[in-house]
Amino acid sequence: MRSEWNGFVGGKWESEINVRDFIQKNYTPYDGDDSFLAGPTQNTKDLWDIVLGYQKKERENGGVVDMDTKVVSTITSHGPAYLDKSKETIVGFQTDAPFKRALQPYGGIRMAEKACSDNGYEVDPEISEFFSTHRKTHNAGCFDAYNQEMRACRSAHIITGLPDAYGRGRIIGDYRRVALYGIDRLIEDKQAQKDSTGRVMTDDVIRLREELSEQMTALKMMKEMALSYGCDISKPATNVQEAIQATYFGYLSAIKEQNGAAMSLGRTSTFIDCYAERDLKNGTFTEEQIQEFIDHFVMKLRCVKFARTPEYNQIFAGDPVWVTESIGGVGVDGRHMVTKSSFRYLHTLNNLGAAPEPNLTVLWSPRLPEGFKKFCAKTSINTSSIQYENDELMRPVHGDDYGIACCVSSMVIGKEMQFFGARANVAKCLLYALNGGVDEVTKKQVGPKYRPVEGDVLDYDDVMSKFIDMLEWQADVYVNTLNIIHYMHDKYCYERAEMALHDRDVKRYFATGVAGLSIVADSLSAIKYAKVEPIRDEDGIIVDFKTTGDFPKYGNDDDRVDSIATEIVSKFMTAVRRHHTYRNGIPTTSILTITSNVTYGKATGNTPDGRKKGQPFAPGANPMHGRDTHGAVASLSSVAKLPFKDAQDGISNTFTIIPGALGKEDQVFAGDIEIDLNK
Amino acid sequence: MKGRIHSLESFGTVDGPGTRFVVFFQGCPMRCLYCHNPDTWDPKGGTEMSAEYILEQYERNIAFYSGGGITTTGGEPLLQIDFLIELYEKAKEKGIHTCLDTSGIVFNKNNPELMAKFDRLMKVTDLIMLDIKHIDPELHKKIASQPNEGILAFAEYTAEKNVDLWIRHVIVPGLTDDDEYLYKLGYYIGGLSNLKALDALPYHTMGEVKYAKLGKEYPLKGTPPMDKDILIEKKQVIIDGIKKRRAELSAK
Repeated sequence: MRSEWNGFVGGKWESEINVRDFIQKNYTPYDGDDSFLAGPTQNTKDLWDIVLGYQKKERENGGVVDMDTKVVSTITSHGPAYLDKSKETIVGFQTDAPFKRALQPYGGIRMAEKACSDNGYEVDPEISEFFSTHRKTHNAGCFDAYNQEMRACRSAHIITGLPDAYGRGRIIGDYRRVALYGIDRLIEDKQAQKDSTGRVMTDDVIRLREELSEQMTALKMMKEMALSYGCDISKPATNVQEAIQATYFGYLSAIKEQNGAAMSLGRTSTFIDCYAERDLKNGTFTEEQIQEFIDHFVMKLRCVKFARTPEYNQIFAGDPVWVTESIGGVGVDGRHMVTKSSFRYLHTLNNLGAAPEPNLTVLWSPRLPEGFKKFCAKTSINTSSIQYENDELMRPVHGDDYGIACCVSSMVIGKEMQFFGARANVAKCLLYALNGGVDEVTKKQVGPKYRPVEGDVLDYDDVMSKFIDMLEWQADVYVNTLNIIHYMHDKYCYERAEMALHDRDVKRYFATGVAGLSIVADSLSAIKYAKVEPIRDEDGIIVDFKTTGDFPKYGNDDDRVDSIATEIVSKFMTAVRRHHTYRNGIPTTSILTITSNVTYGKATGNTPDGRKKGQPFAPGANPMHGRDTHGAVASLSSVAKLPFKDAQDGISNTFTIIPGALGKEDQVFAGDIEIDLNK
Repeated sequence: MKGRIHSLESFGTVDGPGTRFVVFFQGCPMRCLYCHNPDTWDPKGGTEMSAEYILEQYERNIAFYSGGGITTTGGEPLLQIDFLIELYEKAKEKGIHTCLDTSGIVFNKNNPELMAKFDRLMKVTDLIMLDIKHIDPELHKKIASQPNEGILAFAEYTAEKNVDLWIRHVIVPGLTDDDEYLYKLGYYIGGLSNLKALDALPYHTMGEVKYAKLGKEYPLKGTPPMDKDILIEKKQVIIDGIKKRRAELSAK
């Protein structure tokens, strides 16, 4: 065994790249409570004050502290930057200064230019010229290949939020590999992969060989970048500090090269804990020191910045980077995977204060240990900063080494990746079905000229059959648009750093998504159970509805309408599955518009459920605002009926409740103990 | 048999122990000045539902209610005591925890037929949350438009039957926050051997919009919501009364 691995239990992971095997053989489940945790050190407090100073400056400047306009960002393009070198235990920034946003034009030069100009900066004209004339971008490639119909659908927002002008993101490198194996071993492995490709040079083989070369280049650059910070990551990490640092350098390489819609971290806490336990046992570090390393790591993750336009921020409601870290869960052998470091990661919310990033996500199972559940609840109450996801649903599909990209997209770390596909607006599709493909807002013929509905009252069977036809069309144009997008992204904006930390043959999920599910479900329910009369304008286009009578609404655990919602999801997925997908991606769909529901609502006319033109959609798979009248359990039960097998990329439900509705406050309610005289 | 039900709430966390399925009964003879559910007064309103239907709704999501159960409230569930008995007997057959949130107003010791029903109901009731509006008979009448004798008799009856009892009391600024009466209330309920908890409820104004919707005038217009810190002090006054009475009883 290599000396860096002394004290670890050996196994398959020594002879092959297999982080999961390492974790399973070496992690120590922790069943205790939070009493062992350490508070922030003085250095941590000092550094966090510096970060707060930058954040303040950013707000005062109206968005950014500084932007790079001259140097195109690569893994090695920028020298080191620090908050305070003498106090940082984990180092590394994206550019040569904290909070300075990198210039990343490979996704699209116009987007990069606009991100700068909107913030009062100007991209160096030479760079603009280079990326307009000499080096094509992903964005230019997409528009070269789009057909008229795709452009029209894009303009009308029936397919929307497409990653054709910005990085698609949603790919998680197995950054832990850098720590466990060191770069040299990873390069050797990639070379062996390249040597193992077929000899017949088909398109696929040529592409794979070129990609593997790109990946090796990225690995070499990671080593060089780390050296500029005085760290040697060519060999395996020897302690927990080095392990965190190496993992972070892997992640940092990814965000230096990609400004993706979500740049998630993976599932690192239990991996890191193997090192922490070893160091505690050997007396290498104390609990305070280990917590400090994790605090400093998380502090860096809170400083991830990208150059983005106000429009982009409008779609995503803010400036999110989705540094999602998945914590906990249960192993396939039945042992839970909560370790002391699972606590330490969450504890950063106490030590540094609440924050939306990194997006700490607990993979929830009833089988998690009680002490951890209590700590999660306590931290949620204090900080409102933890996301929860259902490990029981995802483990059967992905095993126990998956992570979440963005908010809900699950994938096995280092073995699976995703082509992010934004959303199809199914509420608009329903209106297209009623109007024979004519857009209700622009009055243009966008969809196919099918027969519009006739008569003064909408008939459920008639509308449903027209809707399914239109859904088939929508899925067709949507999937084919995505085929172009991902072809061009691979060609012009390839994620070499992330893919260098994947296996050679990855499983690719071809993600799609739907927006407006609850609107369609309620609209169809209204048509079925109440009386809906269409109101046509002077051109005969249905622009409004008169609904008489009550109808079941999604969000009340009422099967009459919940079954409609379920049916739509399955029908949409079936339609998507019919199509060829780029690189044989496995089609999935998501129902997860967490923030863009407002934007989609603006582009969609009146709907039969009573929603008015321009009004926001409900987020994700949520019931429409105020229509779930039977309380939270009924509301959640409606959502829980949606079939995960047909929405494997995730189903999100944004849930808000006033604290008073979650139970009595301790001080108000006097239980047995307080009124017992003897106490 | 069918009951007239105002609505069902699938996630009740403040009406009894645990997470509960809450059944709001339609119809109430009381007219409490601070009532926040005036839409449940009319006994002819609501939707007709069978006990089977309600229990089916409960059982669909039974996993959420471990440690909880069913709470009936309203409105006044006891107005439909026959239906209530049926609902609770069927619930108990399924091992469901039953909690009755009531004003006790329907109780009448002099009506043997009714008392037989109460006796039957008590056998299938795990917990009673009795809301005593005021300990003073005159002020009770002023607040609730009904006397409190029967209500207090009901409290004593639950003690005889040894059904767990929580006392609820809404504390309204200027109306039910007098320390003397609060102490008296505590002293009185301290004598109930089945008393398990005290739930002091702060008056809030969230019911006001419902009055507007119903075209009714809001009787407590201008009364501010109860301050939480004051509420805690007031609750302590009641507890002092309870303790005093219990000390006396144990000295005997």
